[in-house]
Formats: sequence, C-alpha cells, structure tokens
Amino acid sequence: MYAFDFERPTTLADAVAALSKDEAQALGGGQTLIPTLKQRLASPSALVSLTGIADMKGICTSDDGALCIGGGTTHATVAREAADSFPALSDLAGNIGDPAVRNRGTIGGSLANNDPAACYPSAALATAATLVTNSRSIGADDYFQGMFTTALEEGEIVTEVRFPIPEKAAYMKFEQPASRFAMVGVFMAKYTDGVRVAVTGASEEGVFRWTEAETALSANFSGDSLSGVSLSGEGMITDLHGSGDYRAHLVGVMTRRAVAAAR
Amino acid sequence: MSKVAMTVNGKSVSGDAKGNTLLVEFLREDLRLTGTHVGCDTSQCGACVVHVNGKAVKACTMFAAEADGAEVTTIEGMANADGSLNVIQQAFQDHHGLQCGFCTPGMVMSAAALLKENPKPTEAEVRDYLEGNICRCTGYHNIVKAIMAASGQDVGAIAAE
Ligand SMILES: Cc1cc2nc3c(=O)[nH]c(=O)nc-3n(C[C@H](O)[C@H](O)[C@H](O)COP(=O)(O)OP(=O)(O)OC[C@H]3O[C@@H](n4cnc5c(N)ncnc54)[C@H](O)[C@@H]3O)c2cc1C
Ligand code: FES
Ligand code: FES
Repeated sequence: MYAFDFERPTTLADAVAALSKDEAQALGGGQTLIPTLKQRLASPSALVSLTGIADMKGICTSDDGALCIGGGTTHATVAREAADSFPALSDLAGNIGDPAVRNRGTIGGSLANNDPAACYPSAALATAATLVTNSRSIGADDYFQGMFTTALEEGEIVTEVRFPIPEKAAYMKFEQPASRFAMVGVFMAKYTDGVRVAVTGASEEGVFRWTEAETALSANFSGDSLSGVSLSGEGMITDLHGSGDYRAHLVGVMTRRAVAAAR
Repeated sequence: MSKVAMTVNGKSVSGDAKGNTLLVEFLREDLRLTGTHVGCDTSQCGACVVHVNGKAVKACTMFAAEADGAEVTTIEGMANADGSLNVIQQAFQDHHGLQCGFCTPGMVMSAAALLKENPKPTEAEVRDYLEGNICRCTGYHNIVKAIMAASGQDVGAIAAE
C-alpha cells in the first residue's frame, strides 16, 4: 500500500470537510477498498473513515413505509434487523461474502462502489430506492450509471438509503463459488402498481432493469408469464466462469425462481 | 504515525501505527501475537480472523487505527484461565480438526463467533458460517465435526467421509 493519512471523524460535517481535501477518499468497511489499496490500484492522500459516525448507522421505518438504512450500516446488521420488515433485503445482506466480510462491509460502500457483480445495487434499483447523500437525494434510476460508475460527485457521502418496502420480493443469487459474488443476481419486487426486476452480475453495463420481464409480471404475476420473454446474450459479461449467453439464460432462471420464492 | 490504544485479550495495549498499518500487522509485529495468521492477505482465507468488539473480522482487511478503543480477542486469548484448551480448541484436538494447523486460529475464532450467535448450529449452518475460512489440509469434515462437538451435540452420526 502507498502511504496515506488516516482520519476518523465522528460527525458527518467533519467527514465532508476532511473529504474536500485533494485526493482524500472515504473508507467504509474497507472490504473492497483495502484489497484495492493493497494492489496499489488507488493512492489517496488521506483516508477518511466513516465508521466513527454514529448518525450513519442503523435501521428504521419511515412514516411513508420505507425502510431507511444508514449508509454506514453493516451487512450483518441489515441481515439481522431487516429480517421482519423486509425479508428479501435481509436475505440479500445475509448472503454477501462471509460472516467476517458482513461484519465490516457497509451498504453505503457497496452502493458507492457499484461493482457489476455486487448484490445491493439490484435491490436499490428494483425497489426504486432513494440514495440520500450529504448534499441531496438521488433516485436509483438516476444513480447507477454503468459498472463502477454512479451519480456521486467527488467526496459525496451516501448517508442513508430509503427502500420502499414491496408487497412481496425475493433476491435470487447464482453464486460464483470462488469470489462469492453474484454470477447473476436478480432482485424482483412486487408493488400494488407493478413489478420491478433488477439484474446484477450479468451485464457489461452493470446493474440494469429487465423491463420486458417487468411488463409480463405486472400483467400476470406468475413464472409462466415469462415463458415468451428472454434476454439476448449480447452485452452480457463473458469470462472464464460463463459466456454471455449462459448469463442471459441464468437471468431468466433466477427471475422465475424469484417469483416462486417471493414473500 | 499516530497512537492507537486498544484492549487485546483483556490487556490494555498501545503503540504507534501508520495510517496504512493493518490490524494484523499491529497484532503480529508490534504486539508479537503471531497466532493470528496471514494466509492470503486478500480477504479470502480467514486465517487472520480475530474478534473486534465481539465480532469476527478479517484482521488483514481492517486498519489498526479502526480498532482504536476496541476490545480485540485473538487466538492467544482463547484458552481457559488455567492455560488448558477451551472447549472449541479441545474439540479440534479430539476430532482431528487440524493437520498443519495454519488455518486453525481463524477456524477457532470463527467457530467461537458462530457458537456465540447460534449455540446449537446444524451441520449446514456450520458449513455456511465457515464460508470465509479456507483449509488446505483437512477437507473440512473434521473441522465441522469438532465445532458440532464443541456445541455439545452428538457427532457420532457425522460421517468422516
Ligand atoms: C471475500 C469477499 C466477498 C464478497 N462478496 C460479496 C458479495 O457476495 N456481494 C456483494 O455485493 N459484495 C461482496 N463483497 C464486497 C463487500 O460487500 C464490500 O463490503 C462492499 O462492496 C464495499 O463496502 P465497504 O463498506 O467495505 O466499502 P469500502 O471498501 O470501504 O469502500 C468501497 C468504495 O466506496 C466508497 N465509500 C465507502 N463508503 C461510502 C459512503 N458511505 N459514501 C460514499 N462512498 C463510500 C469508498 O471510498 C470506496 O471507493 C465481498 C467482499 C469480500 C472481501
Ligand atoms: S489473511 Fe486475511 S483473509 Fe486471508
Ligand atoms: S489444517 Fe492445514 S490449512 Fe487447515
């Protein structure tokens, strides 16, 4: 690792100030950033840890029925505390990596990083979640802008994520067994006014909505309604784990499983 | 350099750490607690698992400065007060849960975290919890068996395969 200064502010205002310095970077749980620093793929002048900011941790339900999760909340906390209010999200969080990764990694870090195979982006997009930062609110449809790319500005901090709680939902992850990331992950969320389906792990453009499946499932909420709907392998990731066509096929399979498992 | 202070295995310790000093480096190189191993240094193998404020974490993927003020437990803090092996460690010995022993500190720390959360796990739950702990020697069966035995469950029916 290159050398850097380390700061651990306890308030959001101090963190924002510290991040305004040249080449300063936020540190969440470090489960992505520390491996990146070890590979010398990043060389911040200072790391500003967000783990000391109590206001950025925890989960609550808002008056309008959204589940609000602080940006610094760990995957383990979400798995535990969202189990009753939003079981599909709790399942997703509880299957990220392994227990030690879940005890450090945070929702804000995952969404800021927007790895094309990460789990949380699919949940945020399928629920039309709102990402709250230190300066504004961003709808999920505008937030994700291609792999590892988001609407966040330099130094902007994800302080909270608000998920409208669906009637029914499920996350189906086909795990890549070595990395434990998603080969393909599908988050399906059913609301009174329709169904949204978001896919991670598959596309070269990162997380995306599968609108044909959304239309079919909104008209008739059953796996059978997907029989005429399929996805092309074009633009899907091809790597040593599987071809684009294979991933496209898996998206269909995982979506059907998500419909069957929804609760 | 900045000062970091924490409680490790019940003792207050402090030292100087650079911004990029990892917790595992601080434990092994400054405190000379070399029981915590570094297998991969890439967050994959779990040989470096310690407890920070009661939670299992990979000490190779956390900065020492992040543990400032924390309670840290390493494998050196696991034996009983009289120095005898604790129930998990003893079960690893009894059920041949180790061969070379390199992964064992991390396995024992993960097992202890699991049994605290879930005192009577099923075999599937044990395997699931150990997802981030890699062992090159044992093939895992005897590790799982040892953890089941440490939880006080009958392991007669678990095949050695
Ligand atoms: C072995 C292993 C297995 C994994 N498996 C999975 C998996 O199955 N699914 C999955 O989704 N992920 C997986 N991950 C990644 C894990 O979920 C990370 O925790 C997550 O991607 C990043 O979160 P973090 O809090 O650790 O962020 P960090 O690593 O600290 O930071 C990541 C990036 O986000 C920025 N950042 C951090 N917090 C914020 C914030 N609040 N606001 C703005 N920017 C911020 C940082 O500057 C950095 O650029 C795995 C990781 C490991 C090591
Ligand atoms: S050394 Fe930390 S996970 Fe392998
Ligand atoms: S006993 Fe050798 S790596 Fe596990």
